[in-house]
Amino acid sequence: MSTRLTTGGARIARNKPVTFTFNGKTLKGFEGDTLASALLANDQMLMGRSFKYHRPRGVVASGAEEPNALMNMGEGGKFEPNQRATTTELFDGLVAQSQNHWPSLEVDVGVVNNAMARFLPAGFYYKTFTFPKFAWKHVYEPIIRKSAGLGKAPTERDVDTYEHFYFFADVVVIGGGIAGLQAAKTAALSGAKVLIMEQDPAWGGRAVVDGGMLGEVPAADYVSALVAELEGMDNVTMRNRMMGAGVYDHGYVTGYERLRDHAPEMAGPRHRLWRIRAGQIITATGAIERPLSFAGNDVPGVMLAAALRDYLVMYGVSVGDRVVVVTNNDDAYRTAIAVKKAGLDVPVILDARAEGGGAIAGEARALGIRVENGKAIAKVTGGKRVKSVKICAQAGEGGVLEEIECDAVAMSGGFSPVVHLWSHCGGKLTWDEEHAMFRPDAERPPKGANGEGFVVPAGAANGVLDMGVGLADGDHAGRLAVEALGLKAADANLPAFDQAVEAPLAEVWMMPQGAGPKLRAKAWLDYQNDVKVSDVQLAAQEGYESVEHTKRYTTLGMATDQGKLSNINGLAVLSHALDKPIPATGTTTFRPPYTPISMGSIAGEARGDVFQPLRRTPMHDWHEANGAHWEPVGHWRRAYCYLQGEETPHEAVSREILATRKSLGLLDASTLGKLIVKGPDAGKFMDMMYTNMMSSLKPGKCRYGLMCSENGFLSDDGVVVRLEDESFLCHTTTGGAERIHAHMEEWLQTEWWDWEVYVTNVTEQWAQVGVVGPNSRKVLEKLGGVDVSKETLAFMEYTQGKLGAFDARIFRISFAGELSYEIAVPASQGAALWDALYEAGEEFGVTPYGTEAMHVMRAEKGFIMIGDETDGTIIPQDLGLNWAISKKKEDFLGKRAQKRAFMDNPERWQLVGLETTDGSVIPDGAYCVAEGDNANGQRNVQGRVTSTYYSPTLGKGIAMGLLHDGPNRMGEVVSFPGTDGKSYEAKVVSPVFYDPDGEKQNV
Amino acid sequence: MLILECPYCGVTGEETEFHGGGEAHIKRFGPGSSDADFETYLFMRENPKGVHFERWRHVNGCGKWFHAARCTMTLEVFGTYSAQTFEPPKEIKDAISAKRPGWSWREFS
Amino acid sequence: MRRYSAFAVAREAARFHSGWERAWRSPAPKKKYDVIIVGAGGHGLATAFYLGKNFGITNVAILEKGWLGGGNTGRNTTIIRSNYLQDPSAALYEKARSLYETMSQDLNYNVMFSPRGVIMLAQTEHEVRGYKRTAHANMLQGVTTEFISPARVKELVPIINIDGPRYPVLGGLWQARGGTARHDAVAWGYARACSDMGMDIIQQCEVTGVRSSGGKVVGVDTSKGAIDCDKLGLVVAGNSGDLANMAGFRLPMESVALQALVSEPIKPCMDVVVMANTVHGYMSQSDKGEMVIGGGTDGFNNYTQRGSFHHVEETVRALVETFPMVSRLKMLRQWGGIVDVTGDRSPVIGKTPLGNCFINAGWGTGGFKAIPGGGWATAELIAKGEPGPLSAEFGMERFIEGRFIDESVAAGVAH
Repeated sequence: MSTRLTTGGARIARNKPVTFTFNGKTLKGFEGDTLASALLANDQMLMGRSFKYHRPRGVVASGAEEPNALMNMGEGGKFEPNQRATTTELFDGLVAQSQNHWPSLEVDVGVVNNAMARFLPAGFYYKTFTFPKFAWKHVYEPIIRKSAGLGKAPTERDVDTYEHFYFFADVVVIGGGIAGLQAAKTAALSGAKVLIMEQDPAWGGRAVVDGGMLGEVPAADYVSALVAELEGMDNVTMRNRMMGAGVYDHGYVTGYERLRDHAPEMAGPRHRLWRIRAGQIITATGAIERPLSFAGNDVPGVMLAAALRDYLVMYGVSVGDRVVVVTNNDDAYRTAIAVKKAGLDVPVILDARAEGGGAIAGEARALGIRVENGKAIAKVTGGKRVKSVKICAQAGEGGVLEEIECDAVAMSGGFSPVVHLWSHCGGKLTWDEEHAMFRPDAERPPKGANGEGFVVPAGAANGVLDMGVGLADGDHAGRLAVEALGLKAADANLPAFDQAVEAPLAEVWMMPQGAGPKLRAKAWLDYQNDVKVSDVQLAAQEGYESVEHTKRYTTLGMATDQGKLSNINGLAVLSHALDKPIPATGTTTFRPPYTPISMGSIAGEARGDVFQPLRRTPMHDWHEANGAHWEPVGHWRRAYCYLQGEETPHEAVSREILATRKSLGLLDASTLGKLIVKGPDAGKFMDMMYTNMMSSLKPGKCRYGLMCSENGFLSDDGVVVRLEDESFLCHTTTGGAERIHAHMEEWLQTEWWDWEVYVTNVTEQWAQVGVVGPNSRKVLEKLGGVDVSKETLAFMEYTQGKLGAFDARIFRISFAGELSYEIAVPASQGAALWDALYEAGEEFGVTPYGTEAMHVMRAEKGFIMIGDETDGTIIPQDLGLNWAISKKKEDFLGKRAQKRAFMDNPERWQLVGLETTDGSVIPDGAYCVAEGDNANGQRNVQGRVTSTYYSPTLGKGIAMGLLHDGPNRMGEVVSFPGTDGKSYEAKVVSPVFYDPDGEKQNV
Repeated sequence: MLILECPYCGVTGEETEFHGGGEAHIKRFGPGSSDADFETYLFMRENPKGVHFERWRHVNGCGKWFHAARCTMTLEVFGTYSAQTFEPPKEIKDAISAKRPGWSWREFS
Repeated sequence: MRRYSAFAVAREAARFHSGWERAWRSPAPKKKYDVIIVGAGGHGLATAFYLGKNFGITNVAILEKGWLGGGNTGRNTTIIRSNYLQDPSAALYEKARSLYETMSQDLNYNVMFSPRGVIMLAQTEHEVRGYKRTAHANMLQGVTTEFISPARVKELVPIINIDGPRYPVLGGLWQARGGTARHDAVAWGYARACSDMGMDIIQQCEVTGVRSSGGKVVGVDTSKGAIDCDKLGLVVAGNSGDLANMAGFRLPMESVALQALVSEPIKPCMDVVVMANTVHGYMSQSDKGEMVIGGGTDGFNNYTQRGSFHHVEETVRALVETFPMVSRLKMLRQWGGIVDVTGDRSPVIGKTPLGNCFINAGWGTGGFKAIPGGGWATAELIAKGEPGPLSAEFGMERFIEGRFIDESVAAGVAH
């Protein structure tokens, strides 16, 4: 059984007990425990079920590489699936549940897949489930989907908050082990601004666990002194519980800081995502131990040797009373020795190397541990817990020599440097024959904005596994980094150390070497996704020869651990199957993040009300207080209509239109874009921007203008006002202000940069109110000031001056077809102007109206709307707007484009009005059908509706639309089939339904 | 995420401060031009693997358009320069030559 | 070729699966082929498959510089839909979608086509009108779609927040027979079928030059030597510009990186594909349980296939807003794929300035869903030398004529 020892445990505080629950059971641990160590201390070896076969799984590692011990954590709005028990710090009240089983962890029906495993090899689903055809969707897929997935889906809104933090550093060190700490120190001493981060709560990495001397002091003390020294330096920022998540182009790094995962009672955000720009990045991310591939290597109780040692040394947890150690290198001997010294039994060390281990093997023997060279595990017995191992010769096919009872197995297949962050942005790897590992190729680093390398690997992440040499390598990395930044590297005074003398590792990719199919089908490579040696061999046999094919065919390395334990072993098995050397077989691409990071942290603060900025007009509060039914228009919020009492939006719109046409309406038009174009060449520039001739417009006059893209399509429209000789005010659509401003700037800066013209966007500097209706003039006259009489201010004219107390620009323009004025005042006066107009208008029954009433009224007048009549494929000629296209100008944007064959073409659909024969409203978006089908069997069409409304003014449905040869088909009745199954018959009419002669706006 | 230097305001900023504007040094063809020239002007692009000249705007900054010489394979930036020129300045071409001897792009090399 | 079936799996289980054959052969190139297809991605393999199946042309080589299916076919978010607005697009994508329906049986390879339904959310009045228009167009195009209410959206997607403070869901365009498929399997299934017809799929074979004579293509130079052909099909998303350069012409397209990511796997919680164009995000749940999420493209030419953080941030932010539970999931992996984007964002299937050289390119972010239709149309083009009805509108000459196929006019531009 696994249990807590009475002594030991450098990280735990035995005087601070902590209570938590696992699958409803209340358990105890200590402060400093991880969930995994606390579960082991409570003899809870079984921690999960695998993905495909639902095999019982125990914890196998002690850190971020853990594939098995994943938990559903927390409850309600704090629930989160797939949390690794090995990196979850224990806290009082922690609630964890194991995953992927039914009805319980101990008794899981899904394990039937395990019994069927032989019928479910890699890729079996590509070969089956195709018959009968309907069954995939209705029978097989639902079953597969139910059994897929790991943790439960959260159901509630996240109650935690997250934040982003921006940081700049000369040198960013990722990893706070001995190499990282030393690299940070060297860089800091050299004058660089340094950030060092460590994913673990504690600094020092393996050196703290494995001990040894650095200079005169034990490694742990050396680490403490280093940390204290760095903490005392002003140019160093240190963060623990922060993982280097990803390295991106040009030295961009994301750091994932888990602020409250270990202490939920603390106030503040749960995670903080650091967005860092680094001059140089040092990856001191350590190395990960590899499992060995023998049959039954997934039985709970089989663990990485270093992890077993971690639990013992750091948490005072014994994983088993009798621990068999199996290895191909010297490091695992440390585990055997630590176990033995803790008073537990190591029945045997199985060293796969025929020559056995180095000096440390003698040390183990001296402690009375039996060491067997050239031996291997043929098979582990046990279901939910290791019972014994069957021993064989590594060189053979698995003939059992002896069976040894034990309750834990510590395995070590060597180490793989953590090269992920080196590789994220294109750093290349080289195969190190001696240590059988990929390590960073210093000649081919990821390259930054200047084409030079910006990542330096250090320590174990650089393939340097020895502590002392790792320290020196950290110093070296620090020096390289500062020198790359043009600084002079300072001397860091490294301590003296003895390099451990180790026997070389032997490559062992399968155990035993000649394992037959039966054993290979029980030798796991990827624990979480249930990929075995036999699966990779099958992939190779079937021609899935590239690493990426094999990976995808078998799902090797695609689980939540992203293959941290399985990638190299799988690659080795594949290269053997293909009879190619490992480096020639290749390696997979590493993608950010290093371990999964919360979506919450990626989204940051931007959620709910602050999801995106909200633009409000100066009159926003009035609308809000008076029943505004909002419509988002870009980032603006505009009133669609104003609801009174119990009325529906449709009723409100009708009321607003009738009141406006009868007497007086008010429209908040502040969102309309307002651009000033100014300068000696303004007229020439306006002539290029607009299809109309604008240079001939007289100051004080307004003109409706059209803008096209260089590709010929209508992109925006609006009233242009010549304020002064060299100054134009261009109104744009609400959505168009920023776009058109940018468009103008682009042409000015990149094509006609010698023209003297300046453009500025004053949209938000002005509040604008449309005063619309037969009584509009009377209201303005009530306010007093500027003369707005017919004689002084004619239709399409502009004036400015005091309107009552307001500094007003008054435009006599109309989008509704009534006598109407648009009044612009400085934004600060907007709310007061609105109030004043509303008060003055009360005797006329003033009615504020929203965007929908505006749309309907303009449609009644046959005015086009950008975004309704246009959609990016429409040219002005389609809309009967030839009158607005200057024939005199040699050039304007879009002119050349409109001469192309498909544009200068009478076959294009043309704008018409449409009146249903029964007064009904044609559905939005309906198409007008023609006879027959096209070559692809689609019904032929000859037009479509662009705007369609119920007109309260006319008491019937009206529409605008595009129709083939439309203007020549007045009076004809055409058909618009609706998706509602009805067909709408409509008569082709003029698009101007209301006041065709414009008498009302001209009064 | 790229870092670019705006040649106008001298600010070195994050990619999110800028807005990419496609290929640089495109000659405008207006009324009277041939169909082929007009098509080339609007649509045909170098889209090279390697050295490229492109337009950017310092949209969340000084608002100015400028040009960048960049490698599309490595994202290395050889330099940025004014948009108000018909060809890359000599120092930019030299900077590219130092890193990519023998490069060429349209009529430039 | 040995057929795949449950019985075959059972038979092989008895002998530890030692009897499975290679899914495709790995031949050395011959001196000459009737047709060479450059690019063994989905579209290239599908083109070859339909050359054989529909036209009996099997003396075909498919050249691949990397490994088959290793480009965008294996990097996309696997969405299949045909609810396009414009007639030519709807025809092409609906052809593709209908071929997906029977692909597993046609190829004897389970590509796991899952017609679970696709919703495109309408979150502004403008989108509502746009999607209603698409629904009307689809009805006449023979594409079954429907504009549905917010309540129906909520019923189909229980985890969605339909009354978010900024962009409430006002409805959606629903295509019940849209869905997803297993992307790798599509490439592998086609490859196996092509190989079985006697075609040569030659991997690790990079084309380094296009040889022509008298204005017509006569072969290619490759890293495995020169190979002759009568006709050449360039089907190399992300490398189209490069190949066009070799063939001596330019293309109306640029290559940019498209960002995607997946979450850790969780138990099924969303049975349909949801696309939210206003907030630029789309999401579906794979059969493994991962939430598969697509985002935007970089604004500059890029061939690196690397992920970029700020795009992911925007996409995830939008999805957290639309699906609040996403906040407590974790991002497992992000990556980029290189897509070729044309001047009107619609693909090119057509002839090129070089005789007997044809191109299928410019799929932008939407290539996967079109694979069988694109292959079908390209095969017809290559076999007959002239476009058939499916590809008639997709030739490059449309950029001269100003005859664009612009899908951005409907609210949905993302895929």
